Amino acid sequence: MTDNVQRVGLPDERPPANTVGPIAWLRNNLFNTWYNAILTVLVLALLGSAIPPFLDWLLIKAHGFDSTSPACRQDTSGACWGFIGEKLRFILFGQFPWNEQWRPLATIAIFIALLLASCDRRFWKPWFGLVWAAGLVTVGCLMWGGVLGLTPVENTLWGGLPLTIILSVIGLAVAFPAAILLALGRRSNMPAVKVLCVTYIELIRGVPLISLLFMASVMLPLFLPNGVSIDKLLRAQIAFIMFAAAYMAEAIRGGLQAIPKGQYEAADGLGLSYWQKMIKIILPQALAIAIPPLVNTFISFFKDTSLVIIIGLYDLLGTAKAALSDPLWRGFYREAYLFIGVIYWIFCYSMSKYSQKLERDLNRSHRR
Amino acid sequence: MSQAAQQARHIPSGEEIIRCTDVNKWYGEFHVLKNVNLSVQKGERIVICGPSGSGKSTMIRCLNRLEEHQRGTIVVDGIELTNNLKNIELVRREVGMVFQHFNLFPHLTVLENCTLAPIWVRKKPKAEAEEMAMRYLKRVRIAEQAHKYPGQLSGGQQQRVAIARSLCMSPKVMLFDEPTSALDPEMVKEVLDVMIGLAEDGMTMLCVTHEMGFAKSVADRVIFMDRGEIVEQDTPDSFFTNPKSDRTRLFLSQILNH
Repeated sequence: MTDNVQRVGLPDERPPANTVGPIAWLRNNLFNTWYNAILTVLVLALLGSAIPPFLDWLLIKAHGFDSTSPACRQDTSGACWGFIGEKLRFILFGQFPWNEQWRPLATIAIFIALLLASCDRRFWKPWFGLVWAAGLVTVGCLMWGGVLGLTPVENTLWGGLPLTIILSVIGLAVAFPAAILLALGRRSNMPAVKVLCVTYIELIRGVPLISLLFMASVMLPLFLPNGVSIDKLLRAQIAFIMFAAAYMAEAIRGGLQAIPKGQYEAADGLGLSYWQKMIKIILPQALAIAIPPLVNTFISFFKDTSLVIIIGLYDLLGTAKAALSDPLWRGFYREAYLFIGVIYWIFCYSMSKYSQKLERDLNRSHRR
Repeated sequence: MSQAAQQARHIPSGEEIIRCTDVNKWYGEFHVLKNVNLSVQKGERIVICGPSGSGKSTMIRCLNRLEEHQRGTIVVDGIELTNNLKNIELVRREVGMVFQHFNLFPHLTVLENCTLAPIWVRKKPKAEAEEMAMRYLKRVRIAEQAHKYPGQLSGGQQQRVAIARSLCMSPKVMLFDEPTSALDPEMVKEVLDVMIGLAEDGMTMLCVTHEMGFAKSVADRVIFMDRGEIVEQDTPDSFFTNPKSDRTRLFLSQILNH
């Protein structure tokens, strides 16, 4: 009879050679079946035929940033970066007075610095709110002027990237806490609060953002008494906040629903009050779960700011379109849209990347 | 437990800390608690057992208002449980609860789990709360894990942390809702040992459990519940050797003869 007991532990062995290394990876991932092999070859062929002509147009045959419109029209086989060179400041800053354009530039720099600093969790302290407030006041002074010897600039002249950033950052920053309250209200035990929140969310979610913007810009002034007027930019900002809050509330509610009942009971059992329970126990977990849908909303709203063009505000997309209406440069839309597309992409991709990092960090800390 | 240890048992003080009078509760149409009358004295150790669905968990969850009763009165530490939120919070401060599934806060470290309520509910300074938390974590023999997150601990360790978390509020009563039912068998003992230690120190305890060994060695009184009512309550000695009702006998034969 054989002995059924393994008395000595088996030594660790290396995995078989044909399952590791680049060759094995290629075989397992790209050529593991005949149809995958065909797909791989087809995709490679497609890339091979599309990329070289594109690079040709983009770089090799392209006209430089100092090229002129007639030169570009002579030879149309390459991109005309002269358009961007000529219109760069208009696309970025809109109709802001030419000699004062360092001010919107500083605004962009301040926002980016604040946003980058906010990515570091060490700064997630109450005092950092004051830094933000100081930053916003500075930005306000820079953009409006009228103080410290800065010439006043009407906000109808604001445009381009600063407008896009102001609308989205302030919009999302105000909408986020509002969304938390709406989400909590929707799950509240108090019928009146619940009905109010549900009605708000369903009403706002049920209409397109464009119609809300139209209403804010066209209909709202009709209801206001004569002589009272709210600034157009402010109205757009408010419409934007209302819309974003309703959408984010639903993302946060999703996170709240994923928190097990036991967490509420444990917090209750310790005698925590409703707000202590929410702020210390439930929301930190719910918001961490809601990061993917929240970032989805952030990204889509950053891009949706471009809709303000329909009420006559010129954000980044608006200024690019306006630059194209210059007779001298008409027709160079590929360059224009590619350029602002890259700017939008940089912002959105950074948000996406950062959210992935945040998710990883938060998960690392409290899961195995 | 030896005869000597039986003798050394802490004697309940005679001072009443919980009184339930004719407590009734319904889940919709379903009558879960039927005229439950219960008086618990300070320092008493009570084990509640009974078949699943008999209302034992519901009953102890009513004692800190995690469940609402619809008729009768429950008075804990001199405060009647009604819809008054202030009173509910006052009672919950004095009543610790340990759950079947631990319910630790996964986003906080073990230490933060223990100091959260003392800091925010009892308004203790952080240093003092941490010092006390470390004392209780040592007591449940898990102090070296204080800076880990709950997800990094085994079930038995998590349940011990949950006990320490409750103790940090210096409760007058501890409720245990099947504290060992979700544990792997080899971890049950470490949790029971902590509970036995607590009992020996004179903590008032109500424990819903199927651990009959624990009941025999620790309890002053065993309560048997079935279909929403308290069928029988007695000292463990006579409860296990001389059960009076048929339902109790049936239950005991089912859990002891397997």
